[in-house]
Amino acid sequence: MKYLSEYRNLEETKKVLDEIHKITTHQWNIMEICGGQTHGLVKNGILDLLPEKVRMIHGPGCPVCVTPLNLIDKAIELLEQGVIVCSFGDMIRVPGSKKSLLEAKAKGGDLRILYSPIEAVKIAKENPTKEVVFFAVGFETTAPANALSVLHAEKEGINNYSILASHVLVPPAMEAILDDKFCTIDAFLGAGHVCAIMGTEEYVPIVNKYKIPVVVTGFEPLDLVQGIYLAVKQLEENRFELENQYARVVKKEGNIPAKKVIQQVFEIGTREWRGIGEIPNSGYVIKEKYRKYDAEAKFKISHIKVPENANCIAGEILRGIKKPFECEQFGKNCNPSNPLGAPMVSSEGACAAYYHFSDIIKN
Amino acid sequence: MNIENLGFETINLGHGSGGELTRKLLDNIIFKTFSNPFLDQKHDGAIVEIKGEIAISTDSFVITPIFYKGGDIGSLAVHGTVNDVAMCGAIPKYLSLAFIIEEGLKVTDFIKVVTSIKKAADESGVLIITGDTKVVERGKGDKLFINTTGFGEMHSKANISVHNIKDGDKIIVNGFIAQHGMAIMSEREGLQFESSIESDSTNLNFLVKDLLDMFGNKIKMFRDPTRGGLGTVLHEIANDISKGVDLKEVNIPIEKQVAAACEMLGLDPLYVANEGVFIVVVDASIEKEVLQFMKNHEKGINAALIGEFTKEHPNKVVMESLIGGKRIVTPLMGEQLPRIC
Repeated sequence: MKYLSEYRNLEETKKVLDEIHKITTHQWNIMEICGGQTHGLVKNGILDLLPEKVRMIHGPGCPVCVTPLNLIDKAIELLEQGVIVCSFGDMIRVPGSKKSLLEAKAKGGDLRILYSPIEAVKIAKENPTKEVVFFAVGFETTAPANALSVLHAEKEGINNYSILASHVLVPPAMEAILDDKFCTIDAFLGAGHVCAIMGTEEYVPIVNKYKIPVVVTGFEPLDLVQGIYLAVKQLEENRFELENQYARVVKKEGNIPAKKVIQQVFEIGTREWRGIGEIPNSGYVIKEKYRKYDAEAKFKISHIKVPENANCIAGEILRGIKKPFECEQFGKNCNPSNPLGAPMVSSEGACAAYYHFSDIIKN
Repeated sequence: MNIENLGFETINLGHGSGGELTRKLLDNIIFKTFSNPFLDQKHDGAIVEIKGEIAISTDSFVITPIFYKGGDIGSLAVHGTVNDVAMCGAIPKYLSLAFIIEEGLKVTDFIKVVTSIKKAADESGVLIITGDTKVVERGKGDKLFINTTGFGEMHSKANISVHNIKDGDKIIVNGFIAQHGMAIMSEREGLQFESSIESDSTNLNFLVKDLLDMFGNKIKMFRDPTRGGLGTVLHEIANDISKGVDLKEVNIPIEKQVAAACEMLGLDPLYVANEGVFIVVVDASIEKEVLQFMKNHEKGINAALIGEFTKEHPNKVVMESLIGGKRIVTPLMGEQLPRIC
């Protein structure tokens, strides 16, 4: 816990906030990529402590939020076919086109909430007559564990295990956001945990191509204000560089064994992002060699395609074009008990973060 | 208790039939364990004497797993109801006890639970006076469900009501929050993590009685934030009386290991269940005395002043974060779920 308490230090955080106020002369729009950072900013009340000229824009880095509706419907279809579906907790309340995984569970589906995909392999071993599927969503952060579960199943000769994978990658999402004609972003806070796996090198081309500062940043209050400070300082000094605020965790080369495991099982391919659409080379797909662990190949579910809820502006929220309270449905027809879209469900979703923590919904 | 003499190792449907097997189960386990003049009447119900106003509370317990660090479903079924009666400003006296057992429960497990109920009831100073035992088919229950109803005599000095709360009244909590929920979470299938976090499940009735003896009607309210946690309960109170609540995160007592476990699973301790925690709302004039009194009591050693009621921002609970920012504490929606990363 040492690294946590140090980075929640009131005095240190205040000092950095004061520095941000001192150096800010222009209006700057900074996007934090990761939903965990959005959560940290709102939960700690940091947004209200920043200068008015520094506007934080919440990025697409919420794995639950960017998982396409199709995939939720596919997981529900598997449940209804009698498959044991295992999932991380915050995926289960996200509405599919007709219902959520939680509702499908109430109707008799065997849904298990797990913290690690390795547990799902164990469940497959214990239930040899049933098929077990792990709903493998997430960014680069969760990919190593999901890849490892496939290798683990292979090693143990377990054939009733597969993953329903929807892994997406941060750099292509950043490029898609920057290429959008409505984009107003001046700098990025890079997602600390993603970089802990992947390292920082893959952001250099983005920094140079778009001439935009990227500061790899952690999640605690002091991390966040330091990241913002470094970004504002670069902008004020007219610099664009890759900086690493989260050096206590993130190494330039990343986590090499974890990257090897990813490369063994996955290859880069086209992925659909909820609210953004298909982005080429933006995610991981399972390699041919491991196709028998790919639930989409194993079960007849690839025909499932559904449109997004027309009232939900998740796409604009995820691209940072609109803020949650600019949505007509926010806090009215859409709230955490009755979410229209994923950003209102996940604890990392921008809409849920605003709903829970900030004083937006006045009486 | 010698289970070999019972002639059965698991509970089956016959134990709920009302016939010979039921009698064997009740005589050898229930009546033997809980024997007292009221229960020993073996009547359809119990006839008891209670003076003056009575506080009654009922609760059903369906926890999984049934045994966990720091307690089990039996002790929980006693503490939960005893505390609810105490929160009314009453002195709990009697409990009813009803089991719904799933066919196949090991008798040794049942005895373990019954023994734990006896211990918790003795420690809380309550008697089990009536009860019921039903058995359901395998798959129709989850090992064991328990319902208890508690009866208590109102304390003569108690004047407990949310409507007594004024602006400026202080909110004191008796100890570390979020222990029970995290102890259970650490043992759930698929989420197991190594920890020595124990449930805080305990009876709070003696501390409540001592507070009422000492401070009488200057105590405005007691409430135990069980399911939904401290955040949800404070939000409910604020809404009931259209007042605001100001909280300071830095003052909320939380044990380091529990904070770390919440951090790891992505859960907010404000919404995690407690079973040995209560808040007391008092007039600002006696805040220090109450706090000191609680700290000197076995069940309040880690008591802390966490916030106050205010006329600002009615119906809202606002917490000042560790770094001085402010956030709204909304009620818990659905179940708190561990997040992805």
